Amino acid sequence: MGNLSMFLQHLTNGISLGSLYALIAIGYTMVYGILRLINFAHGDIFMLGVYLTYFGILYTSIPWWLVFVIAPAITGIIGLFLEKVCYKPLRDSPRITILISAIGASFLLQNLGIVLFGGRPRAFPVPRVLNHVVKVRGVSINVITFIIPVVTILLLVGLTYFITKTKTGMAMRALSRDYETASLMGIDINKIISITFFMGSLLAAVGGIMWGARYPQLMPLMGMMPGLKSFIAAVVGGIGNIAGAVAGGFILGLGEIMLVALLPRLTGYRDAFAFVVLIIILLVKPSGLMGQRETEKV
Amino acid sequence: MKRKIGLMLLVLVVACSSWVGFAFAQPIKIGVFEPMTGPSAAGGEMTVEGIELALEMKGEVLGREVQIIVVDNKSDKVEAANAVSRLIERDQVVAIIGSYGSSLSMAAGDIVNKAKVPTVGCSPTNPLVTLNNDYYFRVCFIDPFQGTVMANYAVNELGAKTAAVIQDVTQDYSVGLSKYFIDAFRKLTGDPNSIVEVSAYNTGDQDFTAQLTNVKNKQPDVIFAPGNYGESALLIRQARDLGIEVPFLGGDTWEAPEFLSIGGEAVEGAVFSTHFTAEAPVTPESDKFLAAYREKFGKEANAFAALGYDAYMLILDVIEKVGSADSQAIRDGLAQVEGFVGATGIITLDENGDAVKSAVINKVEDGKFVYLTTVEPF
Repeated sequence: MGNLSMFLQHLTNGISLGSLYALIAIGYTMVYGILRLINFAHGDIFMLGVYLTYFGILYTSIPWWLVFVIAPAITGIIGLFLEKVCYKPLRDSPRITILISAIGASFLLQNLGIVLFGGRPRAFPVPRVLNHVVKVRGVSINVITFIIPVVTILLLVGLTYFITKTKTGMAMRALSRDYETASLMGIDINKIISITFFMGSLLAAVGGIMWGARYPQLMPLMGMMPGLKSFIAAVVGGIGNIAGAVAGGFILGLGEIMLVALLPRLTGYRDAFAFVVLIIILLVKPSGLMGQRETEKV
Repeated sequence: MKRKIGLMLLVLVVACSSWVGFAFAQPIKIGVFEPMTGPSAAGGEMTVEGIELALEMKGEVLGREVQIIVVDNKSDKVEAANAVSRLIERDQVVAIIGSYGSSLSMAAGDIVNKAKVPTVGCSPTNPLVTLNNDYYFRVCFIDPFQGTVMANYAVNELGAKTAAVIQDVTQDYSVGLSKYFIDAFRKLTGDPNSIVEVSAYNTGDQDFTAQLTNVKNKQPDVIFAPGNYGESALLIRQARDLGIEVPFLGGDTWEAPEFLSIGGEAVEGAVFSTHFTAEAPVTPESDKFLAAYREKFGKEANAFAALGYDAYMLILDVIEKVGSADSQAIRDGLAQVEGFVGATGIITLDENGDAVKSAVINKVEDGKFVYLTTVEPF
């Protein structure tokens, strides 16, 4: 194995991990961008999505590719309910109240997961098509590591189109500026917020499925670390900015892999790396790489 | 007024009944702290299955009922310390069993030592668990032995000349076992450079591709990677994806159904040492345990259930011998255990409180753990 192919292998590994972070960060950043709400339960909705897929594949006769569509849809509906129960009653409260409610929702889902699914890990049934290895000039690539970036990019493009070009997307953007004015303009706020949450949770579930296919170990607390990392990715990219979230995800993933690969002594600080990046970004450019500076309204 | 009298009567009745209960049927409480959730959950659950089975088979000693109180230590060092504190202070147990995972046991070590509550570990194999701790004992062998067994296997059976080690730096179990493997491997090959790479990861990591790519570049004959069953299964999976074909060796934590289900085809051929196998019963007690386990759970028993069973039975045996359920008496009894016939073998505790026992080597074949051989203590 030459040095070049070794580097290429590290690069591939990094892109694979980065695109996973990016994928989860998209949902995170979308909900924030529109509702100005950091949905801390995002990582746990991600976990629910993976478990739903797991049960769908193992306990129903539905073909796996259909489960990959149905499970995110159901997760989306769960997210929608979560908003109705945990966030809607607090819509007029200070932002910190909703944030605390989000943390509560996160703990609730985690512990619900432990009660319902048990503490022992389960093996994600990876479809055979997604799980074979291709070799390109000494670099081994599992098909799934190729699919994840493609899905991420497709979602990035699709979502950007949706938000900038469609009527619902326009309503979302209007809402992100000002609730009251938007509702005066005839926008049904509840409907738009529901759609936002549905989509955010659906994206979390898609990220979850990809994660499960890459790292097929399911645990009720599996959403915590990916949730935190993609939150950081979203902040690094400029929270609320979808392209920024994708960029942030790639930076984190590549950075993590390169840290372990090139400085093996620092492996123990792998998780800390993400937080160090977060601190640096917050110090140097608090609005994130691609975020817009918000002007204070007087 | 009437109400007040009624209330007073009620208080009196409750007080009396609890006092009467105290005098006659106070059960002997044994605490269990094991990981029931988190990355080591399977190990804890398997152990508790064995303890519960033992309780069903022998639920009484000195004419008193035995009660076990299971507390989840969540595979977390801080929670492990909390769990034993709770068992000692709130539940006032006379003895404790646990825990799967050396780090978790070590987190509890100081507390049980100070509180003087004898504790019997089922499967923590790091030597530091019982070292300089008069109240900690265990029914399993320790890592200097386990590491040497695997190094012997690598050199003598596989003919390995070089090895790479990938350890979980947050687990004392993994770090300790790796060290003993490295020492033994260097000695056996007579080559100080025979360990070509030592890589690290943390519990909870899911991605090992960076470490594995580095290991692949060094082209070892064999890879020793002791760690949690979940992380290890993912690690081996990713290694096979990266085109690493050499055999993987590990320790007793690999014996969990999750290692097979998560690892899938990738873990075929993986070899690890463990404490006991249903395929090779060692004592009459093994047969008794295996039959009872089969009847209760409808499947073959694993090493951790057997160790849980042994830890419980050992404590009860000691209580019977010393004729007291007092913590100090149990400790003194445990310190003198000799030739106790357990399901996993004959248990004699040495001056540190460690059992000296044979190791079993298992291999993954066709999605099952298959017994290869038994290695006697040197």
